[in-house]
Amino acid sequence: MQATALSDAKIGTTGTVDSIDLPEEISHYLAHLGFLPGIRFEVLRHAPAGDPRVYRIDGVEVGLRNETARHIFVSSDKKAAA
Amino acid sequence: MSCHEATAVLDPPEVDLTPVPPGTAPKLRTVALIGPPNCGKSTLFNRLTGLRQKTANYPGVTVDHHSGRMKAIGRNDLTLIDLPGIYSLSTYSEDARVAVDVLTGKMPGVPKPDCVLLVLDSTHLNRQLMLAAPVFSIGLPTLVLLNMSDQLDSHGGKIDTLALAKELGHPVALISAAHGKGLDVIPDFLYRAGARLDDGLRPVQLPILQSAASCRSWATQVTSRTNYQSPQASLWSRRLDSVLLHRVIGPLIFLAVVFAVFQVVFTIGQPLSEGLGDVLTNLGAHVANLLPDNWLRALLRDGLWNGVQSVLVFLPQILLLFLFIGILEDSGYLARAALIADRVMRAIGLNGKAFIPLLSAYACAVPAIMATRTIENKRERLATILIAPFMTCSARLPIYTLIIAAFIPNRMFLGHLIGLRAMVMLGLYFIGFMAALVTARLLNSRVMKAANAPFILELPQYRWPTVQSLGLRLYDRGKLFLKKAGTIILACTLIVWVLSVVPVHVTHQQVAATATTAATTTTSVVTFSDLGNSAVGHLGHFIEPVIRPLGFNWKIGIGLLSSIVAREVIVGTLGTLYGVDPATHSEGLQTALRHDMTLGGAIALVVFFAFAMQCTSTLAVVRRETNSWKWPILQFSYMTVVAYTAALLTNIVITHLF
Repeated sequence: MQATALSDAKIGTTGTVDSIDLPEEISHYLAHLGFLPGIRFEVLRHAPAGDPRVYRIDGVEVGLRNETARHIFVSSDKKAAA
Repeated sequence: MSCHEATAVLDPPEVDLTPVPPGTAPKLRTVALIGPPNCGKSTLFNRLTGLRQKTANYPGVTVDHHSGRMKAIGRNDLTLIDLPGIYSLSTYSEDARVAVDVLTGKMPGVPKPDCVLLVLDSTHLNRQLMLAAPVFSIGLPTLVLLNMSDQLDSHGGKIDTLALAKELGHPVALISAAHGKGLDVIPDFLYRAGARLDDGLRPVQLPILQSAASCRSWATQVTSRTNYQSPQASLWSRRLDSVLLHRVIGPLIFLAVVFAVFQVVFTIGQPLSEGLGDVLTNLGAHVANLLPDNWLRALLRDGLWNGVQSVLVFLPQILLLFLFIGILEDSGYLARAALIADRVMRAIGLNGKAFIPLLSAYACAVPAIMATRTIENKRERLATILIAPFMTCSARLPIYTLIIAAFIPNRMFLGHLIGLRAMVMLGLYFIGFMAALVTARLLNSRVMKAANAPFILELPQYRWPTVQSLGLRLYDRGKLFLKKAGTIILACTLIVWVLSVVPVHVTHQQVAATATTAATTTTSVVTFSDLGNSAVGHLGHFIEPVIRPLGFNWKIGIGLLSSIVAREVIVGTLGTLYGVDPATHSEGLQTALRHDMTLGGAIALVVFFAFAMQCTSTLAVVRRETNSWKWPILQFSYMTVVAYTAALLTNIVITHLF
């Protein structure tokens, strides 16, 4: 268990969301998509240009830019290198 | 026994929709339909109301108000209000504020609903249930409809609806709006709610749910107690993504799709529009021949019918574009396209969702602006609406081709590969695109400075679009365009026509003089002197000092004024003006223009058209979509200033060079 930014987790990483450090309006929207502490995630793929990336959260696929994912902190199951 | 009552709601027999005789439930009038985005709410709304729905804006906001009688289930006495798709009732968004106001009866002009249909996507129940608690807390009789039961079944998910109903204290039913399954619980529920029958469910004390996190943990507890099993992720959806979002193949497919849409709209839509225009012109001429030759005929044909025509010719292209956008959106590809385009769009301060609307704007800004509805963020949507008219739409092509053919020599470069005329045409496309880009950047740094909206995109599973949903979408958009834009375009066309024939007494005298001799009158024919002496003609002369620096004379001025209705009108107006001028009337329009304009003025004219907002249809749609006159007026002023400045510079530079 190691807290990292979601944007740093490699493709294929699974784990749990720890905390979200974003303005309330954005974190509120993200929360309703499943980005809440304790919810499982998986890094699925990235867009052809590398950014945004697609995450599987709570059974739903969500695309996020790295600039947003940088403020979501997660615990990876395996020790993923930053 | 009370438990059995509940199961009757939960587990209906497989019968067709039995209409409940109206009058048995006199108290019930209004039903609200609420649910998160993408839960299939609109499909259900269409299922329940059929095609008889009304669309309007709520007062003071840009949120659409859909309502309709529940005719399809035999309840013509009930009005169903479709609330905007929302995740929660927290008033962060305009949509949620509207939903709360309607549900609590605070929305002016909208009756307070008597009961609620809450639609949730059964395949993501943990997440979707978060909306249930706040909706229940409003205290209206609520039926929970777990939609997409077919997908839940086919992917191995399950839910105990009876247990869930007990947990929630409200009746629950599994339905499939897309396939019309399980919908007979709705008339049953409405009957019970109307008759105030006990549904056999004990009210449940819901925890006070302030934050999203507490809502979520409540939802998770509820679903785990009711043996909810979420369905497996579709494997082929993932496999398709590994191709469509592939590093190399993905963008190639994306470009191919974009090219195909473009190609079809131009190769099929353009001739269809032109063909429709010809048919309408002939029809108008035939009908006009049957009418007595007087001012009324002129009003009907040149004023009203031309207005109707200028609206209708847009329809084929609009419908084609919406068919494509509909297929892309319903299949789930639009979200992938947005993901691919995001990187490029970010460079101009927009996000990937703006790509398709901006692409559509190359055909016509009207459907493009209507397509911006897929952009949830209001500020980015506004920015997209404001820059879309800079894209070179097909209505600019008539004046472009006229001026290029008249002034640009047909010289070829690089061994007949590139023609000078094609290069000028491409250049005009390019400057339009650049103007959009610069404007987007300006908006990004000024208007939207504080916005900084993140790009958050839900990627739905791939699905086959259904003919019914595509048909409904086309019907809805077509009707919207004709009704809202149509009335405003019509009004503007009429105003311009009236201005082009007033002062009326001149026309009247002509009628009186010719009526006695029984010769063919000239009232319906716009003669040179008529136009020159009309209010528009006077305006043309009046603005001449302003446009002279651009290299335009007063005839071009009249053309510019008349083209405010629609860009392509200028070619017709110039044709009339030069055609009736004794000095030029034996020459073709191209030759006449060559003799009457300098090269600088001619190029300045097309540059002016590249930037100017000469389109009442677009202004009308912007007014509709932003629900205020502020933006269309601002947009018109801004684009006119840009166009004037650019045309002035063009004229000065070209006049000095050649």
